[in-house]
Amino acid sequence: MSTLSERILGAPAGEYVDRKVDRAYVHDGTGVLTLETWKQMGAERLSDVPELYVLFDHIVPANNSTTATLQHELRDFACGSFLHFSDIGGGICHQLMSEGVVLPGEVVVGADSHSCTPGAFGAFATGVGATDMAAIWLTGETWFRVPDSIGIHLEGAFRGGAEAKDLALSYVSRLGMDGGTYCALEFIGDGVTDIPMDDRLTLCNLSVETGSKTGMFYADDITVRYLASVGQDAAQQEPEPCTYRSELDFDLADIVPLVAVSNRLDTVKPVQDLAGQSIDQVFIGTCTNGRYSDLVRLAKIVKGRKVAVRTIVVPASRAVLAEAVRTGVLMDIIEAGCTIGTPGCGPCLGAHMGVLGEGEVCLSTANRNFKNRMGVGGEIYLSSVATAAVSAIAGEITEPEAD
Amino acid sequence: MQGAGHAVCLGPDIDTDLVIAGRYLRTKDHSIWVSHIFEALDPALAGQLNGAVIVAGRNFGCGSSREQAALALREAGVTAVIAPSFARIFFRNAINVGLPAIECSVSCSTGEIVRFDLAAGWVEAGGSRYPVRPLSPRMQEILSAGGLVSYWRSHR
Repeated sequence: MSTLSERILGAPAGEYVDRKVDRAYVHDGTGVLTLETWKQMGAERLSDVPELYVLFDHIVPANNSTTATLQHELRDFACGSFLHFSDIGGGICHQLMSEGVVLPGEVVVGADSHSCTPGAFGAFATGVGATDMAAIWLTGETWFRVPDSIGIHLEGAFRGGAEAKDLALSYVSRLGMDGGTYCALEFIGDGVTDIPMDDRLTLCNLSVETGSKTGMFYADDITVRYLASVGQDAAQQEPEPCTYRSELDFDLADIVPLVAVSNRLDTVKPVQDLAGQSIDQVFIGTCTNGRYSDLVRLAKIVKGRKVAVRTIVVPASRAVLAEAVRTGVLMDIIEAGCTIGTPGCGPCLGAHMGVLGEGEVCLSTANRNFKNRMGVGGEIYLSSVATAAVSAIAGEITEPEAD
Repeated sequence: MQGAGHAVCLGPDIDTDLVIAGRYLRTKDHSIWVSHIFEALDPALAGQLNGAVIVAGRNFGCGSSREQAALALREAGVTAVIAPSFARIFFRNAINVGLPAIECSVSCSTGEIVRFDLAAGWVEAGGSRYPVRPLSPRMQEILSAGGLVSYWRSHR
């Protein structure tokens, strides 16, 4: 009887395994160092074992000549080597891997910490650094310590203004910023049937913020139907009775809108405790909350109204943007006074497109509120899309109402 | 592997954004990372790292996977990083670039001399000797080779 990680990696928790990688991806940031390191390894050709991807998302379009030159070199290599390549505006690497690429049971490695995101498909998906990735380009495999797993047991259904992001902040605060170190999180229980694919990706995305190697959902009817909608056949995965290192129980009905206060992800408060706090900027997007259903949530709240603070909206991918254009959701967002950025990571990593000034406060749907991350002297508060949207309209932190 | 250095003590949950901020990553000039290392934490730290052993609190290196954090520490002359626990991506990155990341709870003050012997499995600081959690055999091989680049250059 195995956990999903044990089943996919083929060994019990605690064992070290060398494992063939099915898909490996880098972005414009980590790809530069990966390429440099791969060359230093004396490599002449790329391994043909994994599908290899170079996906530009971090600083797109380039913010200065140095970045542009580095991107030029990586772009030339990717195109010349026939890697799967997505140029500026295609979208965030984790989102692109989630639009009908990653399949249940695969081993997926990304050179980015949020590569745990596609674990939502029942894949073993995790992040590595550039040198580990260079070795994967060379050999097609890497080593893992098969993780212990923590069961995140979900019951009931969301109500009021709460959504998956609030559950994510809630489990991060309960586990703490290292409560999942070296472990995998498995989201289980009847409550998963209330959580659509976009929200599963949000929940798996935050798993690394507890130190976890990955977050995973078993592929079920929701997974299979989602993958069918993007042209992929997949089979469901049946959970087996297994041993978890620990289990956390959540009744989704008890989840309330939350904010992670600057500078720690595990310092979480109910939105109502912070109501009225002033903000300078709202940012909606990222690999956490930049998907189509997030834009629908935003549009529903801001339609016919005007934002009171500068509000930056960055769709997670071109497909998300296109869908929002097609359905009119984007027009509602634009008419409310929001600014739309190129699909990608936006200002999350503090390099461009909405960097904060000294003393400014940003309410963000992203995943990190570390000191100075979005700009020197700026503060980052993290929330759901609904909380960010109502706060943008009010110009201060505000609790969302029930639908 | 043996080593020693003066301790530079840091708190828990030092994220890789604090080691080197995102706005400095886009370059091949490693000296830029060294000059901005720990800038948001304490700009004076950059001048104290040559020959230092960083003695940090738990969960060192959490957050972004940026390998520039491990490279910046190595290039700044840090001999080793000792912490009760590490974020796993940083831990792999450090070993991969030949920087010893040592899982050990050590009590000491900045400036004290810290010694370590990974083969023997100990860290010494402040007159006490502490046991080290051993690296996996593979990671020992990678670290002994000086990092994953040299490891693969000699294994092909």
